[in-house]
Amino acid sequence: MNRLQAGVIVLVAGLATAVGVSGQTPAPARPAPAPQGASAANAEAGRKLFVSYGCYQCHGYEAQGSSATGPRLGPRPLQFAALSKYVRAPTGQMPPYTAKVLPDADLTIIYAFLQSRPAPQAVEDIPLLK
Amino acid sequence: MTKQPSVNRRDFLKSAAASSAAAGAAAFVPAAAANAQTPAASVPAAAPIAPRETDPPGEAEVLTTDRPGGDFMVDVLKSLNFEYVASNPGSSFRGIHESIINYGGNAAPEFLTCCHEESSIAMAHGYFKAEGKPMAVLCHGTVGMQHAAMAIYNAYCDRVPVYILAGNSLDATMRRPGVEWAHSVQDAAAMVRDFIKWDDLPFSLPHFAESAVRAYKIAMTPPMMPVLVVLDGGLQEDPISEEVKARLRIPRLTLTTPPQGDSGAVAEAARLLVNAQNPVIVADRVARTPAGMTRLIELAETLQAPVIDQGGRMNFPSRHPLNHSNGGRALIANADVILGLELTDFWGTVDAFRDSLVRASRSIVKPGTKLISINANDLYTKGNYQDFQRYPEVDIAMAADAEATLPALIEACKRLLTADRQRALQERGKKLAETHQNAMDRARAEAAYAWDASPISTARMAAELWAQIKNEDWSLVSESGNVSGWPMRLWNFDKPYRHFGDSGGAGVGYGAPAAVGAALSNRKRGRLSLTIQGDGDFMYAPGVWWTAAHHKIPLLAVMHNNRAYHQEVMHLQRMAGRHQRGITRAHIGTTIDNPNIDYAKIAQGMGVHAQGPIANANDLGPAIKRALEVVKRGEPSLIDVVTQPR
Repeated sequence: MNRLQAGVIVLVAGLATAVGVSGQTPAPARPAPAPQGASAANAEAGRKLFVSYGCYQCHGYEAQGSSATGPRLGPRPLQFAALSKYVRAPTGQMPPYTAKVLPDADLTIIYAFLQSRPAPQAVEDIPLLK
Repeated sequence: MTKQPSVNRRDFLKSAAASSAAAGAAAFVPAAAANAQTPAASVPAAAPIAPRETDPPGEAEVLTTDRPGGDFMVDVLKSLNFEYVASNPGSSFRGIHESIINYGGNAAPEFLTCCHEESSIAMAHGYFKAEGKPMAVLCHGTVGMQHAAMAIYNAYCDRVPVYILAGNSLDATMRRPGVEWAHSVQDAAAMVRDFIKWDDLPFSLPHFAESAVRAYKIAMTPPMMPVLVVLDGGLQEDPISEEVKARLRIPRLTLTTPPQGDSGAVAEAARLLVNAQNPVIVADRVARTPAGMTRLIELAETLQAPVIDQGGRMNFPSRHPLNHSNGGRALIANADVILGLELTDFWGTVDAFRDSLVRASRSIVKPGTKLISINANDLYTKGNYQDFQRYPEVDIAMAADAEATLPALIEACKRLLTADRQRALQERGKKLAETHQNAMDRARAEAAYAWDASPISTARMAAELWAQIKNEDWSLVSESGNVSGWPMRLWNFDKPYRHFGDSGGAGVGYGAPAAVGAALSNRKRGRLSLTIQGDGDFMYAPGVWWTAAHHKIPLLAVMHNNRAYHQEVMHLQRMAGRHQRGITRAHIGTTIDNPNIDYAKIAQGMGVHAQGPIANANDLGPAIKRALEVVKRGEPSLIDVVTQPR
């Protein structure tokens, strides 16, 4: 659906610039440390919260991101503190998610989901992308 | 052939009035004069000047004619070389409809049966962008125009000429009781006049001929837009009188030469561009004809300047080393000269806007950056509908057609290039080529994320499609789903017909009918037409799939079915986040599920080969292969693909 295409373009520009974690940005060399409460066991619960809180809308069900709406969030997401800070008070086009609507505990579980995203296959191993 | 007396509805009344006046002139007393002298009750009834409508027809009533006005209208349409007229049938234009299929032999124009006027207009919209000449559309002046209005607005915003003919019944005394009154209107063009370029209501057949040719010329003059000619029912159906016949002629059509930019402004623009360190060319609706892309390539290569293609038309090859559409914002921020060619929104190109609780904007260009605009829209702007966007503060504004101006601009730039300057530009070009290659590599790497996901990722869908079409002479005729720009990032768009831009006005429902219209143009050239079909768009007027099946229009439709009006899902989420409540409820009123729509079944019900829903990425490639076999047989085929949101 593409009713406000121009609006989307503005949105893209804002997110990519403000967050600085777009798909165009190289991933950090080391995995981000897990916050307290983030574990593999939480990953599946985190997926559900990722969907129910609407994160998937801009970042995709697998957190893979979109050049049109929002950057890739995993695997190897931003440090939790940085991510949390941005979610609470975004500086780009992303709407704010305060602790009133997205408690810290749930954000932590969502973070576990982001950390659990599998690394993609190498492009060289995907015939359609060669 | 038996000659019948020429009598039309008006002439019948006129002759009746004349004979009554001649026979009873002495007895006729105007009602006002009589009232002034004697009480009305005592005045004897004046003899009627014409038979009452309720009088039974006389034995000599003429029941047939061999030459209705509609036949001449068809002659005029044939002179304008229309291939097709798209229409949902309606009684207000039954006269010309019959003339098209019988007198005109249903060829040039051929009648295309549509199920909704929005489809008729959008088919004509898509057809023009593939064909380069307008399609005619017939519709009711009332309910048909009301249905057509949104699609007309899209064409208007997209600067596309659609040639609209609307039926109406002007003579109130000749209307059939009931529906014909409800389907008649004083001013049929009024409801769309704000977003068409010109309209007329011809009073006679000679008047029609002149207006029909004039409408064509106006529609085809940049900035191109829809036009409307209203056809009176009597004019279509009544016999052509001998008096009118003697005056009939079809004026010669001479299309206007598109306006070029002022020579002084062109020279100054060339000077700025050649001397710039970081010039950027931004293109939106430049390539009005296939020559547009060739000219833009020549300008970019002359300057070794990056091109940001905003995609209103197929302006620039996606794999050209100077195509930097994905790096747009950084390039704009670093530019010292920006050339905007037929931009819909120059302001939005050089400014950032934040849609937050407090809406704010800021310029993203460096102080002193020179902005040059070449835009035919500066020649014709209307006030009511606000598609003209925010006012851009530019340094040079050429009110001209960009494609027509490019040859002069290229020559002006070449004249200014010294050998030293050319060497410097070549160095810049090498760096840009490297950046372009890096962007392509990065796109492939990003496409690998969520490769096997279900719902299927839009990158995977684009890659699967590309694998099947890359060796065909393909044409992406429409793209109503937002698939994160993956086709442009992964496919090789290298010819002027590889894509045709979007709807223009962002009115949803354009995608399917525009695809069918463009595919009709591609059919005779043997091109493979494909469309990425949004689910929301599909549901606006799905009858167009029957039209595609009925007229055997080959078209591969691959659905981007994210089961939502997803743009609106995100807007609702924005509101909920901003208001700190209900962020889990943005799906209410914005999603298209529960039950999920079986699009394949809908298409099959209208005679279209269809598959799906497909949610496993590994099933997609084989499905596309099967669909292509059908399309190559000359039929439409649809694949319902359940996808990621974007």
